[in-house]
Amino acid sequence: MNNAILPRWIDIFLLPIINLLAALCVAGIIIALIGENPFTALVVMLKGAFVYHGGLGYTLYYTTNFIFTGLAVAVAFHAMLFNIGGEGQAMMGGLGVGLVALAIDPFLPPVLVVLLGICAAAALGGLWGVIPGWLQARRGSHIVITTIMFNFIASSVMVWLLAGMLMNPGQMSPETRSFAEGVGLAQIHVIAGWLGIEISRSPLNLSFPIALIVSVGVWWLIWRTRLGYIIRATGHSEKAAIYAGHDPARIIMIAMAISGALAGLMALNEILGVQGRVILNFTSGYGFTGIAVALMGRNHPVGILFASLLFGALYQGGAELDFEFQSITREMVLMIQGLIILFSGALAYMFNPAVERIYLRLTKQGQADG
Amino acid sequence: MKYLTKITAMAASAMIMASTAFAADFKPAVIYDMGGKFDKSFNEGVWNGVKKFTDETGVSVMEFEVTNETQREQAMRRMAERGATVILGVGFAQADAIAKVSAEFPEKQFSIIDVSWLDSPNLRQYAFKEHEGSYLVGVAAAKASKTNKVGFVGGMDIPLIRKFACGYVGGVKSVTGNAEVYQNMTGTTPSAWNDPAKGAELAKSQIDRGADVVYHAAGGTGIGVIQAAADAGKLAIGVDSNQNGLAPGAVLTSMLKRVDVAAYETFKDAMDGNFSSGVKILGIAEGGVDWAEDSNNAPLITADIKSAIEAARADILSGKVSVHNYETTSSCPY
Repeated sequence: MNNAILPRWIDIFLLPIINLLAALCVAGIIIALIGENPFTALVVMLKGAFVYHGGLGYTLYYTTNFIFTGLAVAVAFHAMLFNIGGEGQAMMGGLGVGLVALAIDPFLPPVLVVLLGICAAAALGGLWGVIPGWLQARRGSHIVITTIMFNFIASSVMVWLLAGMLMNPGQMSPETRSFAEGVGLAQIHVIAGWLGIEISRSPLNLSFPIALIVSVGVWWLIWRTRLGYIIRATGHSEKAAIYAGHDPARIIMIAMAISGALAGLMALNEILGVQGRVILNFTSGYGFTGIAVALMGRNHPVGILFASLLFGALYQGGAELDFEFQSITREMVLMIQGLIILFSGALAYMFNPAVERIYLRLTKQGQADG
Repeated sequence: MKYLTKITAMAASAMIMASTAFAADFKPAVIYDMGGKFDKSFNEGVWNGVKKFTDETGVSVMEFEVTNETQREQAMRRMAERGATVILGVGFAQADAIAKVSAEFPEKQFSIIDVSWLDSPNLRQYAFKEHEGSYLVGVAAAKASKTNKVGFVGGMDIPLIRKFACGYVGGVKSVTGNAEVYQNMTGTTPSAWNDPAKGAELAKSQIDRGADVVYHAAGGTGIGVIQAAADAGKLAIGVDSNQNGLAPGAVLTSMLKRVDVAAYETFKDAMDGNFSSGVKILGIAEGGVDWAEDSNNAPLITADIKSAIEAARADILSGKVSVHNYETTSSCPY
């Protein structure tokens, strides 16, 4: 990952943009093959994500989900742990919020319920991260396997509760009753309404600023604190960390707890911000997309913010494509998203050698001229 | 004469203008649920109705297939903002979204299938008397069974599916009072609609216990039920759309639930200005549910079976037999 030849700005900004363009080119060719104009499609997608009525709000709403799950993957990755259990940790986070809200919302003021719910989301998400962490640290069970398996357990627990004792009577979907009035994170268009500004309706809510604050927190944790340093040291070389007097097992568990808690916070956006009740499958794969977001963002909060924005725009703009063109179905949209993940994740370093050569030639020329 | 032609020409052009203006004003939209519009089952039934409407009137229908929970509400609002005048929601999972959005756009018309518990002045709700249709195929199953043991495989365990099961048992018992009906549900989550392997397992175990006719109300899972019955040389009964052709000779009949009628009727009524809100319950009398007979199952439907089904049908129509609706009491008396 350490690229000695290329300056950082090329590694962090230019290469991802080249990858993105390559993905868009391939997607454009396929759109042209089914008989639509790829440039019109791109314009529709961009307008849908940023310009149209409420489009930006939806984009930022999806972005919020990806920030949380992307940060979760990144924190674990700094300790060289591949946490692919974001989906299950987010589900448990949602369950935590739900259990707290359903238990106490008739008795306590909404603000208190929300605060306790946030804590519960982080706690249950963290628990769902720390158990695989413990199994890795103390029992040597590989974290990739256990986190995947914990996704299934979380999903079964949700089914058992939501189709059973927590199910709202009188209807047929597996979901709980709605939380009491006022229990939730206010949506931005409502807040703007209080201030007398009218903006279009979207599910964007206070979770977005919370996600931004959490991003700064993660940056602070990883690069400005002792614990962050130890996490990174353990990730780079476990032996060196032991030599320096740290217990890697403890660090693995702490890193997984933080990672799980971050994924669990995704429930704020979906459960407290939008649904106002716990529903099955509210995670919709955002936990898995978080892996691509973290890869693309090079595990740095700033990178993750941009990658999340990109994926948010893809989700929202993609839905707009589906609206606009009858020939572009949701499977098409999924394919375009897949191409972008492929080029910026799996093939992230494909263009490295070429860019390196060009860069070297240019700088040499520059030196010769100078 | 010249004057007359002029008048007719004017009248004709006025009519054309009126109709184009009308066509511009009328914009139907449909929002399929997560199964997608080609799910070989429920959503596809709606799509058939939409297609029939488009073929007949030439009016194209805006379509959207949702991929996550939030999109239901977004899609409905988006359709309304884009000028859709009538919006059709597919399935009970969209109930919350349509309740919210129909309140925000009181001047638009909304319609939803498989929901009957909402209250909104601009919303039409379709429910079906699945118990009546299931009763008919229950009669057919009992008549065709040689072992006096028949099976039922449901999809997701919800009151709606128990309603199918209860009507079916009623039909079976009306013919053979001491017949045994084995019942299994595939699961408790939406994934139970799309698990053909488990459907086949459940059908096999019922066949092993002696059942020789198995009815399914399980969406995509039912493909496995039909396959298992065909493999074992027994009979299956299809559901929702006409599935007689899926395994010709092994599907006794299908319980037709005409969601296509609901979709077609919604758009047609809205186009003709006949849209009405409220709950529409479609039973045998309204052409909402029925049994299927075609060339694929003609050899299986003997005169005896056919006369029994037709007699039961006539009894329900005349009110002589009232099939119990599970949802009214949450229990089944048969």
